[in-house]
Amino acid sequence: MGLLSDPVRRRALARLVLRLNAPLWALPVAWLERTMRSVGLEVYTQSFSRKLPFPDETHERYMVSGINVYGILRAPRAASTESLVLTVPCGPESTNSQAVGLMLALAAHFRGQIYWAKDIIFLVTEHDLLGSEAWLEAYHDVNVTGMQSSPLQGRAGAIQAAVALELSSDVVTSLDVAVEGLNGQLPNLDLLNLFQTFCQKGGLLCTLQGKLQPQDWPSVDGPLQGVQTLLLMVLQQASGHPHGAHGLFLRYRVEALTLRGINSFRQYKYDLVAVGKALEGMFRKLNHLLERLHQSFFFYLLPALSRFVSIGLYMPAAGFLLLVLGLKALELWMQLHEAGVGPEQAGGTSGSSPPLPATQRVGLASLVAPLLISQAVGLALYVLPVLGQHVAAQHFPVAEAEAVVLTLLAVYAAGLALPHSTHWVASTQAPDRSWMALKLVALIYLALQLACITLTNFSLGFLLAATMVPGAALTKPSGPRPLCAALLVLTSPAATLLGGLFLWQQLQEAPLSPAEGWRLFLAALAQGVLEHHTYGALLFPLLALGLYPCWLLFWNVLFWK
Amino acid sequence: MVDTCFLGRGFTTLVGLLLLPFGSLAASQIEDQAEQFFRSGHTNNWAVLVCTSRFWFNYRHVANTLSVYRSVKRLGIPDSHIVLMLADDMACNPRNPKPATVFSHKNMELNVYGDDVEVDYRSYEVTVENFLRVLTGRIPSSTPRSKRLLSDDRSNILIYMTGHGGNGFLKFQDSEEITNIELADAFEQMWQKRRYNELLFIIDTCQGASMYERFYSPNIMALASSQVGEDSLSHQPDPAIGVHLMDRYTFYVLEFLEEINPASQTNMNDLFQVCPKSLCVSTPGHRTDLFQRDPKNVLITDFFGSVRKVEITTETISLQPDSGIMESSYKKDLMDEELMEPLKYAEQLPVAQIIHQKPKLKDWHPPGGFILGLWALIIMVFFKTYGIKHMKFIF
Repeated sequence: MGLLSDPVRRRALARLVLRLNAPLWALPVAWLERTMRSVGLEVYTQSFSRKLPFPDETHERYMVSGINVYGILRAPRAASTESLVLTVPCGPESTNSQAVGLMLALAAHFRGQIYWAKDIIFLVTEHDLLGSEAWLEAYHDVNVTGMQSSPLQGRAGAIQAAVALELSSDVVTSLDVAVEGLNGQLPNLDLLNLFQTFCQKGGLLCTLQGKLQPQDWPSVDGPLQGVQTLLLMVLQQASGHPHGAHGLFLRYRVEALTLRGINSFRQYKYDLVAVGKALEGMFRKLNHLLERLHQSFFFYLLPALSRFVSIGLYMPAAGFLLLVLGLKALELWMQLHEAGVGPEQAGGTSGSSPPLPATQRVGLASLVAPLLISQAVGLALYVLPVLGQHVAAQHFPVAEAEAVVLTLLAVYAAGLALPHSTHWVASTQAPDRSWMALKLVALIYLALQLACITLTNFSLGFLLAATMVPGAALTKPSGPRPLCAALLVLTSPAATLLGGLFLWQQLQEAPLSPAEGWRLFLAALAQGVLEHHTYGALLFPLLALGLYPCWLLFWNVLFWK
Repeated sequence: MVDTCFLGRGFTTLVGLLLLPFGSLAASQIEDQAEQFFRSGHTNNWAVLVCTSRFWFNYRHVANTLSVYRSVKRLGIPDSHIVLMLADDMACNPRNPKPATVFSHKNMELNVYGDDVEVDYRSYEVTVENFLRVLTGRIPSSTPRSKRLLSDDRSNILIYMTGHGGNGFLKFQDSEEITNIELADAFEQMWQKRRYNELLFIIDTCQGASMYERFYSPNIMALASSQVGEDSLSHQPDPAIGVHLMDRYTFYVLEFLEEINPASQTNMNDLFQVCPKSLCVSTPGHRTDLFQRDPKNVLITDFFGSVRKVEITTETISLQPDSGIMESSYKKDLMDEELMEPLKYAEQLPVAQIIHQKPKLKDWHPPGGFILGLWALIIMVFFKTYGIKHMKFIF
């Protein structure tokens, strides 16, 4: 006789539990539809749903379903072939209601003008980035992330540019702009220049990475602040995280920016009219465009809003780092060649050729095993955490998200123990040449991977190259093993991630204690895996399937017996 | 005797003094006649107005061309004698906040589009090929009359071009170019086919002076908005429309032309003074060496207007319907025609002078090293074969 034995009480309890679990905030879809229709837009809705691979602790969601609402303002005299988007991502923790209000006011104002040559889409998404991804996939008729979204009823032509707006209060002290997108993609620099022009014209205070623009370039302070901003941008771009809804638009080659209104403790505040004027100016300028933005740079780094570093200046640095790997590989190749020629000359004319191919064949066989095993561990690192979360949650008292992260760390650490178990595969003949051959293959593998990564996401490639190249080049079985092992672990991809997090918080003037840092690290790991599954971010598979096996090869070289 | 001499001398001086005003009158009459002799001998006017750039932000080029069109039409040239080529439609562009208008002054004071604008070549029809065909007359027979330049050897033609240009070329529609050599050759073709009497070429682009550097046909006067190496700048932008409305040079030319009426006697020298460097930032240039007349004798209306020369006679002619008298008067007219001396026309075009030019004297250069070496070789071979003793006969 307990609480649950009575079916009526059981039902009441179930209903109570359900009501407690229901989301406290949902998008007011009907009200939005009504308001947009009264302004004069063509209103459509789109529903989407997604079951995340494991519950998201930071956003507190697992099975996500929502409705996007968007209104299209048709150009009065043009043929609806091109469009611009003003998107306001809304979510339970950042309701963004002020931005919705500004968007509706802008829609009413735009509706009264006759000079629009492109359609304007006013988009309000639920569950912020998930809703944006669902809308974009349905708009472009693709399905890259496994989202279930209903098809769109209303469409407006190819999107030329998009602006995402996030406002938390109705007065702002500054406007922050975010440019880094998914996988480190950047919009055309012209869009940022457009925003900066209107900041100057309207007298708005605009910040980049949350930092003000340095005024005194001749002295040391200006460049120092510029370097800080630059480092912040490098760290953000390397993470491959879409820092706002604009990051998802970039994948479809739509130039996009996110504008965030920040309300700090400054005295001088701007009201939404000033922000609205800047937005109106931006949209009118984008309206005048006849071609997609393509005249300015797509690859750049920003030390300040009005300055940039172009790819021609920063790419040689990564090139030189990779050259180190190439030169080291060349040196090993020559050493291997000498070692191969040596026994031939010593062996004389008879029987000189048979031993050589035999040792070479054995050398290749000794290479294949470590390669395969490292790649297998990498595959396990990629697949196991998400696959085995339920099994882990059953056997251990952890939640699914924690299970995923702990499995990741476990597999990573298990890889460190590999050399002790793979020694029986290594050949006993000419052990020196075997480790050299393995290191040669590992160096070439690393150089190829880092080159490919640097070409698309320079920041990630450069960070990884800067940390991994010294360790990779200097690894040898001889020498002080514990010291070398510690150094190699410190330069592994996971340690780079941890160090990057600490550096990022330090640069934002909010340094972390080690415990907080560790918690942030675990959360970042979970976010990385989740983003890969929901948006298609490539950081997690690159590290797990590409760089971690490569690093394991160097670990094997270090512990060669 | 002395008194009569004195009287005679005084009388002659008095007579001389009295006759002086008559003499000066006669001299001024002769001067007038000489001036009449130098006035233009054209009978009709044509205008070819070309805007070569498209896209909304090149609004000012269309406004430039339409301003000149407006002036030219106001001063009398009819639409049938104007070939207007506009590469894009600004009045009906969806980005135009004032549809069906093209403004040329700030604050929208002057709408140059209006109700009666006839565009002959529009949008993608404005190409280098079409422009050259219009000038030279090599047009397919199916082309309508409004798209032809039907000028003859007594036509004065105004050619106005605007757009984006560079050193030696003018860009058409963002996809092709016309070079100054092509343009000069086209004008030479026009000259050889006697398609113009005099030609005024005005160009408002960056580095416009490079476009008239290569002209070599006679009777061409050229004006440009900037020299080689300079950019032609635009006038103020209009905040309501959002683009620059006109280029500086054409803006001031329009202001100048607004004060001209068909009876104006202003001449080309005044047009050369329009838009000095202080207003235009670039240095406008002009070229008059190919022109026969002095620019100060050339009226603005010779090119921009269509002024007919009208002679007013006070004689009365009585017409009588009697056929017999008409026949006899007809025969008398014929006889009169035979008796009249043949009409003499002034030598307008000294063709012989132009076509048969004296050959340019080539500077003498000493023979080059190769020739010298060749001759030295030949001479050495000769003396080698025939012996050195022959050299004594030379030296």
